[in-house]
Amino acid sequence: MRAPDLIRFARDAATGNPLRTSLLVLAMSIGVAAVVVLTALGDGARRYVMNEFSSLGSNLVIVLPGRSQTGGFNPANAITSTPRDLTIDDAQALLRASAVRRAAPLIVGTSEISVGGKLREVIVAGTTAQFLDVRNLKLGQGRFLPDEDWRRGTAEAVIGAKIRDEMFGAQPALGQRARIGDRRFRIVGVLASSGQGLGMNTDELVIVPVSLAQAMFNSNTLFRILVEATGREAIELARAQATEIIKLRHEGEEDVTVITQDAVLATFDRLLGTLTLGVAGIAAISLAVAGILVMNVMLVSVAQRTAEIGLLKALGATGATIRAAFLSEAAMLSLAGALLGFALGQAGAATIRHLYPTFPAFPPDWAVAAGLGTALLTGILFGVLPARQAARLDPVQALAKR
Amino acid sequence: MTLIELSGIERVFRLGDSEVHALRRLDVSIAAGEYVAVMGPSGSGKSTLLNLLGLLDRPNAGIYRLEGRDVTTLSAEEQARVRSERIGFVFQSFHLVPRLTAAENIALPMTLAGIAPQRRAERVARALKDYGLANRADHKPDELSGGQRQRVAIARATIMRPALILADEPTGNLDRATGEEVMRLLEALNERGVTLVVVTHDAALGGRARRQLLMEDGALAHDTPAPTSR
Repeated sequence: MRAPDLIRFARDAATGNPLRTSLLVLAMSIGVAAVVVLTALGDGARRYVMNEFSSLGSNLVIVLPGRSQTGGFNPANAITSTPRDLTIDDAQALLRASAVRRAAPLIVGTSEISVGGKLREVIVAGTTAQFLDVRNLKLGQGRFLPDEDWRRGTAEAVIGAKIRDEMFGAQPALGQRARIGDRRFRIVGVLASSGQGLGMNTDELVIVPVSLAQAMFNSNTLFRILVEATGREAIELARAQATEIIKLRHEGEEDVTVITQDAVLATFDRLLGTLTLGVAGIAAISLAVAGILVMNVMLVSVAQRTAEIGLLKALGATGATIRAAFLSEAAMLSLAGALLGFALGQAGAATIRHLYPTFPAFPPDWAVAAGLGTALLTGILFGVLPARQAARLDPVQALAKR
Repeated sequence: MTLIELSGIERVFRLGDSEVHALRRLDVSIAAGEYVAVMGPSGSGKSTLLNLLGLLDRPNAGIYRLEGRDVTTLSAEEQARVRSERIGFVFQSFHLVPRLTAAENIALPMTLAGIAPQRRAERVARALKDYGLANRADHKPDELSGGQRQRVAIARATIMRPALILADEPTGNLDRATGEEVMRLLEALNERGVTLVVVTHDAALGGRARRQLLMEDGALAHDTPAPTSR
């Protein structure tokens, strides 16, 4: 039998029973669509987190007070177990490291800002002039904190775009005075609106000099020290140097954790990549179910068309021809289901992107390929058994059945 | 020339513990161009004989020579080829594929044999004309009368120009007039040299054939002498 004839024959056989065919195609397409949409969600989450983290700043090394993991027995731990404060001096000491370009101390707390009669709770970040560059922040108006002695801050503040809108409305904010906590500050700058932000939304942030923030929160310790390495290849060196410097300053005790942005990114990448793989696996189960459905439907089809198969044999069809006809039918149904599912899945992902514009819900190529491939493969694989059964039918008995 | 030569054909079916001898040491020879009716009561083995002649079934013993060639030892694929090229079937219940049009049903053996579409179309057009189905070409079987269906089936059986046509109760599902019309078509084919074997339990129908084989209990009970020639 010629290939075009075979395809036409299989197509006619499939369309000869529209309900059966459409249900099967639907089942297969739901499986494929599930793979596409779920992986789009998983991979979208991964991309979202990646974007957010890379917007934190480049070549970033972050110093946290306290150890997040045990590093074996350290004699220093036997004497004192409370971690030392991470101080402004520690941050300043890091500047001496060769692999460090900039360092910015950071202390974070909540306080109130009041302008005129308006009062609002805000997150206050105490830091220094270098924070702007380390964090890759953009200014919308005015200037950032002055580059001055870290221990003696001028009472000046930089506010987020949303704070500006809420506290000052249409009035100019620059040069105005605002009370933050129990101190008065002069607003010298407004951050550019950034929209989203992971962890800390800069739109609702108030930035003041680190020494004033410490006084405001009555604390000597820093929340973080953000360190920018001199280059991408210097990140590891900066990390080692920062660890070493703090250790020396803390009487030989390694009581800080130094993480690199790359390590965090890699961890999230792995984590969310695994998540995507996991949901893809779950979605693949529905494909396997659809495959079994293909087999079931094809078996029923063979049973219903027994007389026809007998006839084809009487008319000179070989077992191979009959096998090919039934296999093409299964493949065709799977292909139609896979393509429909692909379209449905892409439409679903597009809908998600439309509803949540910041969420990059694009299905990864490997998932689309795997979804389509699995659909076709299961369809054909599960079509083999019915096709073989059809080819093996005894023509005499098949013809006797009406 | 001898078209069919059966010698010592045995066909045994197993039903549970018992064995049913559908055919017992059958020796028959049919010359090319003969018109043979196989008759007998139901269970006499005439359908089994027809299935064996059509290579749809294999004997347990004996040799079947078709056109001098031993076809019992052929593989399933080779037998399918012989069916395709040398044998045409006409069934009592027509056995048309319901989703295909009359033209497509007639073309089916050629489609299965992989004949080019253009040659198929030519031959089908001629067959449609020959069997008075020209205006029925695009009708599905359920839009055709019984007589038209059987004419489509005969057109299908002859489209590959076989040497042998096997008809199993070809008029069984038709009224008298239509049955007569169908028999005349088959006999006309026989007159053009095609060997015709009709299985029937209708004595009147069987009587039309020049040679009658009467089957009883799987054996040949009576055989009218073969005509020497036509």
